[in-house]
Amino acid sequence: MSDTVTAPAPARTRAAHTTARGRMAALARAELTLFVRTKSTLVSAVFVPLALPLSVHSVTDRMKLADAGLTAGLVVLPAAVGFSLLFAVYSTLVGVFVARREQLVLKRLRTGEARDAEILAGAAVPAVVTGLAQSLILAAACTALLDLPAPHAPQLAVAGLLLGLALAVALAAVTSGLTRTAESAQVTAIPLVLVSMLGSGVMVPLELLPDTAARICELLPLTPVITLVRGGWTGELSGPEALRALAVALAWTAAAVFAVRRWFRWDPRC
Amino acid sequence: MNIDEHDHAIEVTDLRRVYGGGFEAVRGVSFHVKHGEVFALLGTNGAGKTSTVELLEGLAAPASGRVRVLGHDPFTERAAVRPRTGVMLQEGGFPSELTVAETARMWAGCVSGARPPRDVLALVGLERRTEVRVKQLSGGERRRLDLALALLGDPEVLFLDEPTTGLDAEGRRETWQLVGALRDAGTTVLLTTHYLEEAEGLADRLAILHEGRIAAAGTPAEVTAAQPSRISFELPEGYFLGDLPPLAELGVCGHETAGRVVRLRTRALQRTATELLLWARHAGVELNGLDARSASLEEAFLGIAREAAASGAQTPGSQPRTKEHAA
Repeated sequence: MSDTVTAPAPARTRAAHTTARGRMAALARAELTLFVRTKSTLVSAVFVPLALPLSVHSVTDRMKLADAGLTAGLVVLPAAVGFSLLFAVYSTLVGVFVARREQLVLKRLRTGEARDAEILAGAAVPAVVTGLAQSLILAAACTALLDLPAPHAPQLAVAGLLLGLALAVALAAVTSGLTRTAESAQVTAIPLVLVSMLGSGVMVPLELLPDTAARICELLPLTPVITLVRGGWTGELSGPEALRALAVALAWTAAAVFAVRRWFRWDPRC
Repeated sequence: MNIDEHDHAIEVTDLRRVYGGGFEAVRGVSFHVKHGEVFALLGTNGAGKTSTVELLEGLAAPASGRVRVLGHDPFTERAAVRPRTGVMLQEGGFPSELTVAETARMWAGCVSGARPPRDVLALVGLERRTEVRVKQLSGGERRRLDLALALLGDPEVLFLDEPTTGLDAEGRRETWQLVGALRDAGTTVLLTTHYLEEAEGLADRLAILHEGRIAAAGTPAEVTAAQPSRISFELPEGYFLGDLPPLAELGVCGHETAGRVVRLRTRALQRTATELLLWARHAGVELNGLDARSASLEEAFLGIAREAAASGAQTPGSQPRTKEHAA
C-alpha cells in the first residue's frame, strides 16, 4: 500500500478559538428560544411559583407565628424563594435535561467544542434567570405588600439564593439521570419537591416543628437555603448557625456535582 | 517501513469497547487513515461501526486499545481535537422546536472559525428552509442539516456516521459529490455505511467490520481481489455434477447447487471458464443461464456473511443492502 502518497495536512488558517463564555451564550440563546416556545414549561416555571406564595399567605394566619418571632412576610418570602427554586429551576430543568438527552442534543453537543459543564450550564440559563427574577420580584412584592422590613443581613440572603440556584441545577441534573422520558420527569421530580415543601421550611417554618424533627430537617438539601434567606431578613441567625447552614448547602452542592460527574447520562436511556 | 504516526490523521490500535451489560461491541480493531483520505467502515447492522466511530469521535473511552486523531486522544484531549474535527452522528441531535437558522446559529457559536451558517446551509441545499422548524423537516433534510453543521468549522477530519441513510437517490448523489469535493480540498473523511456502492465509489480504502472485528481491509480493489470469482449455469438435461471434469482440476475452490443450477467459485476465472466451456463443446451440450463474473465488493461482503453463517454466528436481519435493495 505504498502506492498512495501521504498528502500533507491541509494548510488552514485557524480563526480565533471559541471561548467558554461565547459557547455558553450561544447555547443559552437557543435554550431561551426553546423555553419560550414550550408552553407547558412556561406555565409551570413562570406562573406556578408566582401563584403558590398566595396559598401560603392564606394559611399563615392559622400558624402561631408570633410565638416563633415570625411575621407573615418572613414566612411567605422564603416560601416564595423555595417554590421558585423547586418549580422554576429544579422541576423545569429535570424535564429540559431529559428532553435534550432523549433528542440526542446533548450527545451531538458533546461532539463539538463545548465542555460538559458548559453544555449543562447553557441549558440551565433560562430556568436560572427565571428563578432569580422571580425571587427578586417576590422579595419586592413581600416588602411592599406584607410590611417586610429591609433585610438585616442581605449577604446571607444572597448567599442562600445563589447556593440554592446552583444546588437546584445540580440536583436536576442528578434526577435526570434517573428519569427515562421527558414525560416521566414530572414524576421523578416530585419526591424532592414534596420533601422540600414539607421539611425544608418552605410551607412550614422549621421553628414551628418539634425539636427532633427540626434537627433532622436541617440536613435536607433545601433547608439551609431557606434558613439563610429567612435569616438574612431577620438578622437573627447567629454566626455558627449561618456557617452551619452554609456548610450543609455546600456539602449538598458538592455531593450533587460529584454525582453529576459520575452518573449523568449523556446518551438516551434504552 | 517505519511510519510516523503523524502521517496519519487517525490511528486505531487494538481497540475494544464493552457496554454496561458486558456486550463486547468492538473486539480488537486496528486501522489507520492517512491525511486527505476517505476511509469507509462497512458492515451489517450491529457489526460495530457506530460503536467504533463513537470512540474515534471521543464520545466514550475505549475498554482498551488506543485512538489517536490528529495525534491526540479524542477522549482525554478533547480541547485539542474538537476544533479540528466535524461530526455527523447516525441520528439527529437537534432540538425539534428550533428553526434551521436558529440551530445553525447555536452550533456556529460553538465552532472555532465557523463559516457563515448561510454558506454551509446553501452547500447542502437548505438555503430555502432556514425558517422551518427542525421537526417539520423531512428525514433527508435533517441529515443534510446535520452534514452542514459538521462542515461549519472547515474540519480537517470529518466523521460521517451513515451520512446517506434516509436520503433519496438524488440526495445521496449530492452528498457523494460533496464528500468528493471535500476530499479534493484535503479533508480526511471517515464514514460508515451499509451501502456497498457508496463505499466502492467514495472510499480510497475501506474496512469491512463483522461482529466487532475487521473481516477485510484495503482498497476496494484489494478487498474484492481477495474474493473468488463466480460461474453459474444450468446443468443440461440428463447430466449430473459428477459428469463434469473433477472440479479441483478446473481450479474450482467451492461450489453450490440449487436444483439444476450450479454455482462455482474460483480464483482462476479464465482457466475455470475455459475448461468448463471446452468440456461443454466436447460433450455437445448447451449451458443455459451461463454467467461468469469477477468478484465485487458485494461478493466480498456476502462472502463474509456466508462465512459467519457457516460458523453459526449469523444474526437474522443482517443482510447487507445491495444496489437493488437500496434504490
